[in-house]
Amino acid sequence: MFTSKITKIAVNILIILIAQNIFADDVFDGVSPQLGVVISGDYIEQIDFVVMPSGDGLPGGSGNAVTGKVLYSIHCMACHGPDAKGGINGDLAGGHGTISGPIPKKTVGSYWPYATIIFDYIRRAMPYQLPGTLSNNEVYALTAYILNLNGVIGEDELMNAQTLPKAKMPNSEGFIWAYSPSE
Amino acid sequence: MKETPDNINFAANNGLLDRRFFLKAGLGVGGGLMSASALSSEGKDRFPWMKQPGMPMGQSGPSRFEEHIKREGVGSQPGTTGSGASRTPIEYLDGIITPSRLHFERHHSGIPDIDPAQHRLVIHGLVERPLSFSMESLARYEHVSNIQFLECSGNSGAMISPKPLQRKASNLHGLVSCSEWGGVPLKILLDEAGIKPEGKWIVASGSDAAMMSRSVPIEKIMDDAIIATHQNGEPLRPSNGYPMRLFLPGWEGNACVKWLRTIKVTSGPSMTKDETSKYSDLRDDGIAELFTFPMGVKSVITSPSLSLNLTGPGIYQIKGIAWSGSGKIKSVELSADGGKTWAEALLDEHVLPKALTRFRSAWKWDGTPATIMSRAIDEKGNIQPTREQWFVGRAKNTFYHFNAIQTWGVNTAGEINNVYL
Repeated sequence: MFTSKITKIAVNILIILIAQNIFADDVFDGVSPQLGVVISGDYIEQIDFVVMPSGDGLPGGSGNAVTGKVLYSIHCMACHGPDAKGGINGDLAGGHGTISGPIPKKTVGSYWPYATIIFDYIRRAMPYQLPGTLSNNEVYALTAYILNLNGVIGEDELMNAQTLPKAKMPNSEGFIWAYSPSE
Repeated sequence: MKETPDNINFAANNGLLDRRFFLKAGLGVGGGLMSASALSSEGKDRFPWMKQPGMPMGQSGPSRFEEHIKREGVGSQPGTTGSGASRTPIEYLDGIITPSRLHFERHHSGIPDIDPAQHRLVIHGLVERPLSFSMESLARYEHVSNIQFLECSGNSGAMISPKPLQRKASNLHGLVSCSEWGGVPLKILLDEAGIKPEGKWIVASGSDAAMMSRSVPIEKIMDDAIIATHQNGEPLRPSNGYPMRLFLPGWEGNACVKWLRTIKVTSGPSMTKDETSKYSDLRDDGIAELFTFPMGVKSVITSPSLSLNLTGPGIYQIKGIAWSGSGKIKSVELSADGGKTWAEALLDEHVLPKALTRFRSAWKWDGTPATIMSRAIDEKGNIQPTREQWFVGRAKNTFYHFNAIQTWGVNTAGEINNVYL
């Protein structure tokens, strides 16, 4: 009986040892199935919509506010109103100088810190019912029109990957970071 | 119901009892048997539903008598049906888990109908190996699951109204829910892709029609971010990001991108529309704070609350939820006299980091006007502010990250209102 008990314990220890070989203490510690499939630059190009404030990610193409005004009346005015004010959804122009006042009025022109955000957002999400249907030239033109309505650029100024990041928004100095990296 | 014991010890003024009152007194709350509706020939009684076999098995909805418990305040932007919010009916719930069908929603271009067989998670940008993962392959990776809250940083924004809005707890504070979230730690996938030294942020984009996108610092991603595929044991509901979403414990809901499709590793934030023009916090000096990610310590009394009126003097249970984006809830204090005296509430057993915590206490209402409020303190020592304290330094109409104390006023009729002190 005594020996059988010892045998049992020994067998149990052996089982545990074998198991630890396969299942480490933390079963996944350092173990990854490594199933990610390496993808091509062409594929990344198709799915990458990220535009950075530096202009990184902006595509080729260009447009100005004159063309943009026409496109705006077709694709945007129903929701955002004439001259990008007073529509059923957000005002895109006006409110300048109100941000530090008693009743801040946030619009693209009064609040947004970078002009690149306009391109990024229109290309991702607008027009609301038919996102993804505008050409890059059209997105640049609409961006130019909104910038022009806010007095940021002239109506003939061409917006493209080089000029758009340089368009200085009225409230570009109005932001600080609440997050600071630990390092 | 048993009589109230005569030797009650009050824990604070205006009827707040010791938080263990219910446990000690063992009050019966069930009441007596219902009166007989029709006597059988044997002199015994059965309700109608006891007189024949019930419904077939496999029913999954709530009782038809509880159908009023549904998402509240469903609203969308003009001209749209899927760009807005719906709220968790917190005044009708108990415990800490929000049933998935009642989880709050905040969408920007409707709920996409995603075929998981076609869906891919792509990691690209500043990595050694840009990678694509199918749902099938992700299922073979290490999974973790944790019970954690998710709160929209616009939650309770209506509380900035100069006059208190008479809305139910759900319509004031229902953009918070708590689930068991399961999925793959994102660190494992990023390690596989190999982050380049200059990679400091990620930009996460969803595959909804708006391709909602947010930038998140790499420290958070490598700490506790997960690619969530499961919620409360089942695959995510479409309204919560099916087949996968980013989940960042304790951080504002908007950054937990639903229907996640791409993660681009970048040197800095993309300054997306949502992290600049929307979820930024304007100060009274005109400067706006970006990347105010963690949700502050907060509590709400869910019962009694507006619409759940008192029915006469006597013993009531005060209960509610508390949470903090910084860790565990340490304590919740209750006041029934507008903050003059406080008593500690009883916390349910499950006090988990970055999760809803359920608190309760017994209260003897004497039928006179009362002002009940709760104040949460987290393990880092953060104390839920008063409304007055919360406004300090903020612009008049900024409403994100509102976490101030909520006060319910009770009048002599037992009716409950949202009041400011």
